[in-house]
Amino acid sequence: MPRTRLWLLTAALAVSGCAGPFPQSTLQPRSDFARATDALFTDIFWWAALVFVIVETLLVVALVRFRHREGRPVPKPMHGHTLMEIAWTLAPAVILVFVAVPTVRTIFATAGDAPADALKVDVIGHQWWWEYRYPELGVVTANEAHVPVGKPVQVTITSADVIHAFWAPRLGGKRDAIPGRENRIAFRADSVGDYSGQCGEFCGASHANMRLLVRVDADSAFERWVAAQRAGPAAPAAGSLAEQGKAVYSRSACLGCHTIQGVSPGVIGPNLTHVGSRSTIAGGIFPNDSAHLAQWIADAPALKPGSIMTRMKPPLTDADIAALVAYLQSLQ
Amino acid sequence: MSEPRGLKSWLTTTDHKRIGLLYFWTAFGFFLVGGLEALVIRLQLAQPNGHVVSAETYNQLFTMHGTTMVFLALMPLAASFFNYIVPLQIGARDVAFPRLNAFSYWVFLLGGLLLNASWFTGPLFHAGTLNVAPNGGWFGYANLTERQFSPGPNIDFWLLGLQVLGISSLAAGFNFIVTILNLRAPGMKMMRLPTFTWMTLVTQFIIITAFPVITVALVFLMFDRFFGTHFYLQQAGGTPLLWQHLFWLFGHPEVYILILPAMGIVSDVLPTFSRKPLFGYPVVVYSGILIGFMGWGVWSHHMFAVGLGPIADSVFAATTMLIAVPTGVKIFNWIATLWGGDIRGTTALHFAVGFIAMFIIGGLSGVSHASPPADLQQTDTYYVVAHIHYVLFGGTIMGLFAGMYYWWPKMTGRLLSEPLGKWHFWLQLVGMNLAFFPMHFIGLLGMPRRIYTYSPDLGVTDLNLISTIGAFLVGVAILVFLYNVLRTRRRGERASNDPWGGATLEWSIPSPPPVYNFSVIPTVTNRLPRWSTDRHGPIQDPPATPPAPIHVPGGSWWPMVAALGLPLMALAPLTHTLWIVFVGAAVLLFGIYRWAFEPFEV
Repeated sequence: MPRTRLWLLTAALAVSGCAGPFPQSTLQPRSDFARATDALFTDIFWWAALVFVIVETLLVVALVRFRHREGRPVPKPMHGHTLMEIAWTLAPAVILVFVAVPTVRTIFATAGDAPADALKVDVIGHQWWWEYRYPELGVVTANEAHVPVGKPVQVTITSADVIHAFWAPRLGGKRDAIPGRENRIAFRADSVGDYSGQCGEFCGASHANMRLLVRVDADSAFERWVAAQRAGPAAPAAGSLAEQGKAVYSRSACLGCHTIQGVSPGVIGPNLTHVGSRSTIAGGIFPNDSAHLAQWIADAPALKPGSIMTRMKPPLTDADIAALVAYLQSLQ
Repeated sequence: MSEPRGLKSWLTTTDHKRIGLLYFWTAFGFFLVGGLEALVIRLQLAQPNGHVVSAETYNQLFTMHGTTMVFLALMPLAASFFNYIVPLQIGARDVAFPRLNAFSYWVFLLGGLLLNASWFTGPLFHAGTLNVAPNGGWFGYANLTERQFSPGPNIDFWLLGLQVLGISSLAAGFNFIVTILNLRAPGMKMMRLPTFTWMTLVTQFIIITAFPVITVALVFLMFDRFFGTHFYLQQAGGTPLLWQHLFWLFGHPEVYILILPAMGIVSDVLPTFSRKPLFGYPVVVYSGILIGFMGWGVWSHHMFAVGLGPIADSVFAATTMLIAVPTGVKIFNWIATLWGGDIRGTTALHFAVGFIAMFIIGGLSGVSHASPPADLQQTDTYYVVAHIHYVLFGGTIMGLFAGMYYWWPKMTGRLLSEPLGKWHFWLQLVGMNLAFFPMHFIGLLGMPRRIYTYSPDLGVTDLNLISTIGAFLVGVAILVFLYNVLRTRRRGERASNDPWGGATLEWSIPSPPPVYNFSVIPTVTNRLPRWSTDRHGPIQDPPATPPAPIHVPGGSWWPMVAALGLPLMALAPLTHTLWIVFVGAAVLLFGIYRWAFEPFEV
C-alpha cells in the first residue's frame, strides 16, 4: 500500500515539479477510515494497472504486427471464436470478484457506528460555512473542529439549507449534508495535526469558499480547548477599544444573526463567542487577522460571492469597524 | 430528379440526408460553443485564486459546458449519423416519418437556442447583468435549484430548455425504432444489420425509456418553482433526494446513449480498415443490448456519498462492476478484429483505435468509482472529471470523429485530407491526455470539482497549469479539423462511391447519394453484402440511373411551424406571462393540424 502511494505521488511530483505538501491528499490517510479506503483504492489501482497494461499491449501489438504492407494477402475472414468469447467474458468477471469482495468488506467496515463512548460531533452545513456542535460538551463553533487523537469520533452530518458534503480527505470519505436527513461517519484519527478539507457537493455561488479544518489534538490540548470553549465570552477591559467594539456590536445588525453567549442570540451566522480563538474566518478562506476581519465586516460579499452577510446600512464608520475588530479578537 | 436548391429547400426539407447535415452543422456549432466555455474554465483554473471570471460566471460556464456538450453536441452529432447513415445502411429511401424527423431537428435547434439565449437576455428579466445563464450544474440538484435558493430565471431557462430538447429526442427515438424495424431492405434480417445501425437501435430504446424519467423530474421541479408544490422540499414532506434518484435514473442510461453510437461507429470502422469482418458480431450486438438493459440498474453509484446504507451500496457496487463485463467483451472483440487483419492506417482508423485506447482508461477509473468506499474519496473531485472526460471525450468524441472521417466522403462527396487528419488526431490525443490525465492526480490530492477558485496550498497548481495547456492543444486540434473541412470544400479530392472498400450498403451508391438513395432497393443475402466471403460473392451495386421514376416526397413547412410552438410555450413560464402559453399551444396545434392534413405531395 505505501508503495502505490509513493508511486502515484512520485509520478505527480515528477510531472508537477513541486514537492507538496498536499494537505488534502486522499493518499496520505491519517485515520482508520481513510486508511481503509486508501487500501481498497490501492488494490483496485493494481488490478486496473494490470488490465491496462495487458489490453493496451494487445492493441499496440495488433496495430504494429498487422499493419498494411504491400503484397499482404487478403486476410482470412474470421467471424468469431466461441471459446475465446467465453474466456474473455470470464476473465474480467473473475478480476471483478477480486475487487468486489474487499469492496463489500470495506463498505461494512466503514459503515458501522462508533462505540458508545465516542466523541459526538454534529456537523451542520450552511451556505457557505460549517457549524460544529458537541452535544455532550455544550460547545458550538464554526469551520474549525477539534477532535482528540486516537479516540473514536462519531460525526453526524446534516444541512440547514441546500445539500453540501462534509469532507476532510485525510480523515475519511465525504458524506453529503442533506437537509432533513442525518448522515453518519465514524473515524479514529491516528496522528496529531491540522487536516483541511472542503465542501464536496456543489452548493451555490461560493461552493469553492466553503472550506474547513479539523484539528486533531493530543488529549490534554483537546481538554484545554473544550474548557476554553465552554467558558463564557471574555469581557473587554473597561475603557478599551474592545469595549467600544462591544457597544458597536450591540447596537448594530450583527446581533440579529450571530450568537455571543450572554450578548446576542442570533443563529443565522457562525457563533462568535470564541471567534478570536479560530485561525480563519469566512468559511476558512482568510486568516483571522485585523486586516481581513475589517474588510470582511465592511463588505463581506466582496470577499465571498453570494454571502448573505450584507453591507451594513447605514455603513459602519472606519472607527466602528476598528473597534469591532478589537472586540472580536478579544473573544479568545 | 434534380435536387431543389436554395434556402427554402433547406427550411422545408424532409430528406433524411439534408436533416443529417443540418444536425451535423448545428451540433458542431454548439460543440464549439461548449469547447470555448471549457477553455474559459481552464483559463480560470490555470492558477490558484484565478480572476478571469467571477464565481457566478464560472458556475454558469461549467453548467452550460456540461449541458451543451451532453444535450446539444454529443447527442445531436450522433443523431446526424443516425439520420444520414442508418437509412443508407438498411437500404431505405428515407426514415419512416420524414416530417417528424424535420420536426425533431427544428425542436433541437430551437431548444438549443432557447438555452443559450440565457447568455444575453438578462435585461429582459431586470437581472442587472447581461447574462442569466443556468448556474446549478448540468445535474441541477434540488433543493439548490428551488426558487428559494435560485430565485432568478437561470434555472427556468435550464429546465424549460431541457424539456423542449427532450421532445426532440423522443420524437427522433420513435422515428428511428420504426425505421430500423420496418424499412429494412429485403433480406436485411436483424442479425444482418450493420453494427452501427444495431447500436443506433439500442440507443433509441434507451432514449424513449430514459427521457420520460428526466421529463417527470423536470416537471416536478417546474411545479415546485412556479406553482408552490413541494416535491423536493423536505420542510413539506418532499425530499431533495427524489431529484437525485430521478435524475440519475435518467442520467446513467444517458451515458450509454452517448457511448453506444460511438461504439457502433468503431465496430463499423475497424472491419473496413483491417479488411476483416467484425470478430464475434453476435457477441458485440448482444453485449450492446445487455449494456442497454444493465444501464438501468446502476444509477445509485452516482449517489454513494448520499448515505444509502451498506446494503444498497453493495448492491449498486455489484451491478456497476457487472456492466464492465459486456464492455470488456466489446473491447476484446475489437482487438480480435484487428488481429490478423491488413490494417490501413487511415485517419478514421486512428480515431477508432484512439477510442479503444482512451475508453479503456475511462473504464478502468470507472471501476474505482464502482467501489463505494473508494468513491467516497473520489466523487465530486477532479478524479471524476478525469473519468468522464476519458469516457465522453476519449470515448464518444474520438468515436464521432472516426465517424466523421469515415463518412465525410459519403455525406459531402469529398475526402477530408488525410495528412491534416493525422495532425488533428495526434494533437487531439496528446492534448486530451495533457488536459485530463493530470486531473486524476488533482482529484486524488483533494481538489473538488465545480470550484471557481482553489488554494495554492493544495499543491495542485502546476498540474492545473498542465491541464490548461492540454485543453488549448485540443482547441488547436479542432482548428486543424475546421481548416481541413474548409479546405476540403474547395479542394478536397472527389470521392467515389466507395473510397474505403466498405462492406455495408451505404458504399454501394454515389457520394453524396441521390435524393432517392438507391436506384433499385438491393436484396441482401448476408451480413457483409459488398464483400465476398467463403459463402457469398459481393452483391451487385444498384445501377447509376433508376430504371423507373422514383417518387420522392416534397418538403413541408409545418414541422418547423409546429416546432416553433414549443419554445413559445416555454416563454410563458419564463416571463411569468400566462397568455403566451396559449399562443404557443395554438401555433403547435396549427402546425400539427396542417401537417396532418397536408397532401403528401406538395
